[in-house]
Amino acid sequence: MYNSILAHRVCLALPAWLAKLKDEFYINFVAEDRYKYLVKGLWMTLKITFFAVLLGIALGVIAAIIRSTHDKTIEEMRPGFGKGLLIVLNALVKLYLTVIRGTPVVVQLMITYYIIFASSTNTLLVAVLAFGINSGAYVAEIIRSGIMSIDNGQFEAGRSLGFNYIQTMIYIIIPQAFKNVLPALANEFIVLIKETSVSGYVGIQDLTRGGDVIRSRTFVAFMPLLAVAGIYLIIVVFFSKMVSILERRLRNSER
Amino acid sequence: MSADNSNNNHSDVLISVRDLCKHYKGDIRALDGISTDIKKGEVVVIIGPSGSGKSTFLRSLNLLERPTSGHITFEGIDITSPENDINKYRQKMGMVFQHFNLFPHLTIIDNMTLAPRKLLKMNKVDAETKARELLAKVALEDRADAYPSQLSGGQKQRIAIVRALCMSPDVLLFDEPTSALDPEMVGEVLDVMKDLAKTGMTMAVVTHEMGFAREVGSRVIFMDEGKIIEEGTPEEIFDHPQNDRLKTFLAKVL
Repeated sequence: MYNSILAHRVCLALPAWLAKLKDEFYINFVAEDRYKYLVKGLWMTLKITFFAVLLGIALGVIAAIIRSTHDKTIEEMRPGFGKGLLIVLNALVKLYLTVIRGTPVVVQLMITYYIIFASSTNTLLVAVLAFGINSGAYVAEIIRSGIMSIDNGQFEAGRSLGFNYIQTMIYIIIPQAFKNVLPALANEFIVLIKETSVSGYVGIQDLTRGGDVIRSRTFVAFMPLLAVAGIYLIIVVFFSKMVSILERRLRNSER
Repeated sequence: MSADNSNNNHSDVLISVRDLCKHYKGDIRALDGISTDIKKGEVVVIIGPSGSGKSTFLRSLNLLERPTSGHITFEGIDITSPENDINKYRQKMGMVFQHFNLFPHLTIIDNMTLAPRKLLKMNKVDAETKARELLAKVALEDRADAYPSQLSGGQKQRIAIVRALCMSPDVLLFDEPTSALDPEMVGEVLDVMKDLAKTGMTMAVVTHEMGFAREVGSRVIFMDEGKIIEEGTPEEIFDHPQNDRLKTFLAKVL
């Protein structure tokens, strides 16, 4: 008797609670195909991140090679054009690192969009450049620490076989350095995914902006914003997992 | 051109060192006017107390250490001259290090074939065939696909020697090749070096192994304070030393 009343009450209470959620879900994601803001936004976020990571690694490796070459060899170098060039390049790289790491990425993004590429309408390109150049500065320091961690004997072995400096870097030093800094690089990648969430500042429809657009249409913040957070979380967890698998593979190759 | 030149003058000299100096800051003279010739097929053993400059001298021969002044002529070419691309000549001057310096991210066979493939443009099959032949000579053909961390010190050093041989060098430089080894592994590395000497390979060896110097060396150089103090055949150096410093040194190590 008592049980049946309780059961009855629960039956009555649940549908109301569920119905509200269902309504909210409907209005935020289904009505007018609003879920597409999230799907398109996610796609944009992934595109920006992917190309920015490529650019960041390319810039980072170049900057790291210049910095570590300077630090390792400048005292031994004979005076001449090469030495002068290296000193100038090293100074430029240092300036780049200082400026990029000393200013907020949002400001860099806005400068890129409103000042440097004021006449461009290709917002994806602007975002990739801004985030790639930003990421490159952090990647540079990560790779440089990796290069400096490799025993000098590896350098000498490479050079003694007849490889020039750059070949030694490419075939011998960078592969080892890269492996050593993989966790730090993965972390930088994960940070970058989340950093792209400020793309909305220059009108890019990324994941975060997509959720925010829904919020502004439906005047309900809860679901769209939690959905956005959930999607970021899933991506980050997924990539963390991939990196740890990769790391284990690389480590196995040496045992 | 210059190769012909050297042939006329002294056909059998492979490396000629003249007035080699290496100064560090604070007027420390690691090398202080070294002059000597290394002939084809010679096994030159360089001995001396620690800090005598013997490793610096050896490492100058392929310019891993940049000399402050002086000249090194290799196969008739002044490699200390900035116009000459040292990378090209290093391909002909193999080097074996105290700490092996195998590439830990590559398998043994890849350690050996990396330079021939990238620098001599050998194809993969040829390079690996040659590498496996050399591995067989040091009885390590079954470790071709292992990584350096899976090998003992003695095995690593034997691999390091054959890795250098893969480039078909005209001379091999050994920088204390047995100093980092456990005592029971020294013999296996010295045996490989002896076999190599028998094939007529030109070798310059910095070592503390006086037995090896006496048995295999065709000439022994005694260095101290950055100078060559005495040089001669193993008998002259070990049985009839002239210089007091050499006598003191030998009294300590023999």
